Amino acid sequence: MQQQEINRIQIEDNDDVVRVRARVREAAARAGFGHVDQVRLVTAASELARNIRLYAERGLVEILPVRKGNRRGLHIKFEDSGPGIPDIKLAMTDGYTTSRGLGKGLPGSRRLVDDFEIESVLGEGTIVKITKWL
Amino acid sequence: MSAFKVPILKVGDVLLVSIQSDIDDRAVVELQQRVLEQIERTSARAVLIDISLLEMVDSFTGRMLSDIASMASIMDAETVVVGIQPAVAITLVELGLELKGVSTALDVDDGLRILRERMKDKQRRRAAGADDWHATAGN
Repeated sequence: MQQQEINRIQIEDNDDVVRVRARVREAAARAGFGHVDQVRLVTAASELARNIRLYAERGLVEILPVRKGNRRGLHIKFEDSGPGIPDIKLAMTDGYTTSRGLGKGLPGSRRLVDDFEIESVLGEGTIVKITKWL
Repeated sequence: MSAFKVPILKVGDVLLVSIQSDIDDRAVVELQQRVLEQIERTSARAVLIDISLLEMVDSFTGRMLSDIASMASIMDAETVVVGIQPAVAITLVELGLELKGVSTALDVDDGLRILRERMKDKQRRRAAGADDWHATAGN
């Protein structure tokens, strides 16, 4: 397995969400994703990075090229120490929102990737991990 | 970075907005306000938003486009969004965004043609409506 570099971006400002989009685009292109998949990854990352800003204000995004057998892909982790999500099932429902948004962030970004994991502990924070395979 | 402002040009009755690069959420909100202020200040009757250079439209930007269209409509101005890239259209649908109430066109020329037709239609309907009113009032 070849050495893969992790790309870390601290989320502290709205500009950092723009930075996440640019870095995800670069990483997706480098990993060999076609144009539509690049846009899917960038859009999902934008939704999830914005959630960090909305609910926790700050957090960390890590972009990591991954390999499983012959499959290559891109893995992105969104981590914050915010208030956590009281009801994950409800939060994953289309149209449900606590931020006066559209309620498309979590369920929508899940539809744009292959693997989607979410863990959240009230008062401790939330981790969302997404992976898309080539 | 967020000091960058999306230019708004007035050509005839139409406000032309071309989003040339990826902008942050604050700039998106600011753009929405400026478009509405410009409608009021310049009495523009239509807004054309060119997003052909936008490589991504997420739920926030998508909502801004819908909101501009509905707010402009309340201010009696038509809105059309032009130049949505195929990959952006695919992603919007998968994300679950319908861009409610937003008219779209392929490019700026197409968008301008649609806007001019709509403005003409509106004037015609108003003229006809005024005649009806006079006819009824005369009786």
